[in-house]
Amino acid sequence: MSEQIHGYLAAFDTPADIMHAAEQVRDAGFQRWDVHTPFPVHGMDSAMGLKRSRVQSVTLLGGITGFTVGMSMVWFMNAFDYPLIVGGKPLFSPLFAFPVAYELTILFAAFGTLGGMFLFNRLPMHYHPVMKAVTWPRATDDRFFIAIDAEDPQFDADRTREFLQEIGGKDIAALEP
Amino acid sequence: MSSHASTELPPHAQAVLAEVAPADLPRQEIIGNRRDFAWITDKICSITEGPTPTWWWVAFGVACLVASFTVVGLVYLVSTGVGVWGHANPVNWAWDIVNFVFWIGIGHAGTLISAILCLFRQKWRTSINRAAEAMTIFAVVCAGLFPLFHVGRVWWAWWLFPLPNANALWPQFRSPLLWDVFAVSTYATVSTLFWYMGMIPDLATLRDRAKSKVKQIFYGLFAMGWRGSNRHWQNYEMAYLLLAALSTPLVLSVHTIVSFDFAVSLVPGWHTTIFPPYFVAGAIFSGFGMVLTLMLPLRAIYKLDDLITQYHIDCMCKITLATGSIVGYAYAIEFFIAWYGANPYEGFAFINRAFGPYAWAYWIMIGCNVITPQLFWFRKIRENTTLVWILSIFVNVGMWFERFVIIVTSLARDYLPSSWGYYSPSVVELFTFFGTFGVFSVLFLLFLRFLPLMAMAEIKAVSPQADPHAGHDAPAHH
Repeated sequence: MSEQIHGYLAAFDTPADIMHAAEQVRDAGFQRWDVHTPFPVHGMDSAMGLKRSRVQSVTLLGGITGFTVGMSMVWFMNAFDYPLIVGGKPLFSPLFAFPVAYELTILFAAFGTLGGMFLFNRLPMHYHPVMKAVTWPRATDDRFFIAIDAEDPQFDADRTREFLQEIGGKDIAALEP
Repeated sequence: MSSHASTELPPHAQAVLAEVAPADLPRQEIIGNRRDFAWITDKICSITEGPTPTWWWVAFGVACLVASFTVVGLVYLVSTGVGVWGHANPVNWAWDIVNFVFWIGIGHAGTLISAILCLFRQKWRTSINRAAEAMTIFAVVCAGLFPLFHVGRVWWAWWLFPLPNANALWPQFRSPLLWDVFAVSTYATVSTLFWYMGMIPDLATLRDRAKSKVKQIFYGLFAMGWRGSNRHWQNYEMAYLLLAALSTPLVLSVHTIVSFDFAVSLVPGWHTTIFPPYFVAGAIFSGFGMVLTLMLPLRAIYKLDDLITQYHIDCMCKITLATGSIVGYAYAIEFFIAWYGANPYEGFAFINRAFGPYAWAYWIMIGCNVITPQLFWFRKIRENTTLVWILSIFVNVGMWFERFVIIVTSLARDYLPSSWGYYSPSVVELFTFFGTFGVFSVLFLLFLRFLPLMAMAEIKAVSPQADPHAGHDAPAHH
């Protein structure tokens, strides 16, 4: 049977319940598991033992790219490719190039942020086994879930189900792959 | 921590500590009647899920009719020439730029609510940020139309962007007008990204509740497979915070650069260093006027009193009061500097504003922008939603006139009396501007009908029962 299922999905009713349950799953040493909540529960990251998000690295990359693109574009267009004298002003100065570079910094950093969020979350992923569970629709409404993946080295079809019951899980469902 | 520290202190110091200890003020309830998570979901989803109300169809019909004025006005302009607008020397910037600045300014409140208030951890923003962000995007759409068609031959508007063209010419980056192209297009793009990202969890909720296949596919596609995973929430919250941190300098820069269009020129009344902060404050002031104009009827129609409480209205009124006072102060300082600067042209420009041929517009502006917000000092007025709504209309009107006064009075009376003129709008301009309210309403009504009006996930996250430690410290009230 354990060959066939994707894992278990257990429901919890309050943010406090899911927090304590998540701490116990973490302490039991599971690796491939997740918490599904309708909103971000404050403190859940440490309850799950997650490391800090890395989205900001993509943001920084986007920002640096944007600023470089902005400055070099203005220089290339107005001072190198087609030097254009306007009002006796210099062909290039970082001062008048700054507003454009500033806007492009923000533009590229914003794309980097959204892209980084999708990248690190491995989204879009329009199908996932948890969404097939009959209990699922309330995961984006008012209930809180823990899913333990069958691929976890500690996973055992019977013992994991019992464990989820022990930590207070309700309506435990076996997930089809 | 504090109890540990106090044990090491001498008794008299402890007595002082006890005396100065902060009062235990209860937190303001941001959700009325202690509504639970399911109620919030049902309430907000029912707006899109229920049958289309009759008033929606009526409003949509009227909005389309009004929007057609813009369409006809622009078709006539393109087929005839930009001369159909009432612009003539010396007033070559008039209603088009007034309307552009007016609409773009309205957008600023949306970004303020979504970004700046997020950084300041103002939890009350969660009830209004989604609608305010939608307002931002639709206002920028309306704003963009005016400079786009003011270029005359709109089919060459793409020359504004640094794209290779047959003339081998590039845009001229020393002009603030070009900075504006970058500022406004970045603003539109980043606002849309922010709006969309905030909506992903709520689109997932709508997807999971959808009964019909079409809705499941529509919401499912845009929800990107969101499944509320905490591993995802962690990156999502970081990305949200970063977008807020990026939008804050963005929104300040957009109206700063809009003000550069004027401040970098040499026209008396425009060439002032106060413009950037003054424009930003004015933009937020006008935007909050529009947020109130939109949210108060929605609150009444959809019975959202538990989500937009009196506390929310108070907060919005107070921000309107604060920014309105900054605007009033800026009007005064402009006059002071015009006198103190001892430049006769600058001095004349301001005397002319208040007592010249456009004095009527100036005093409408003062009446609406300086006097109206001061009424929000009074709790009685803030608690009268009808009155707040009427006052918010005055704010909108006043801020339109502010831009009119700045742009038109300065151009109509510049350095040489021989070139002075008086500008009045043509009927085409009137129609085009009138129609943009229809364009805005069409977009906003579609948003109401198809997308989640409020950020459900965020509202749930700031509600008292979302705190995982709440259950242990105090018994829950039911």
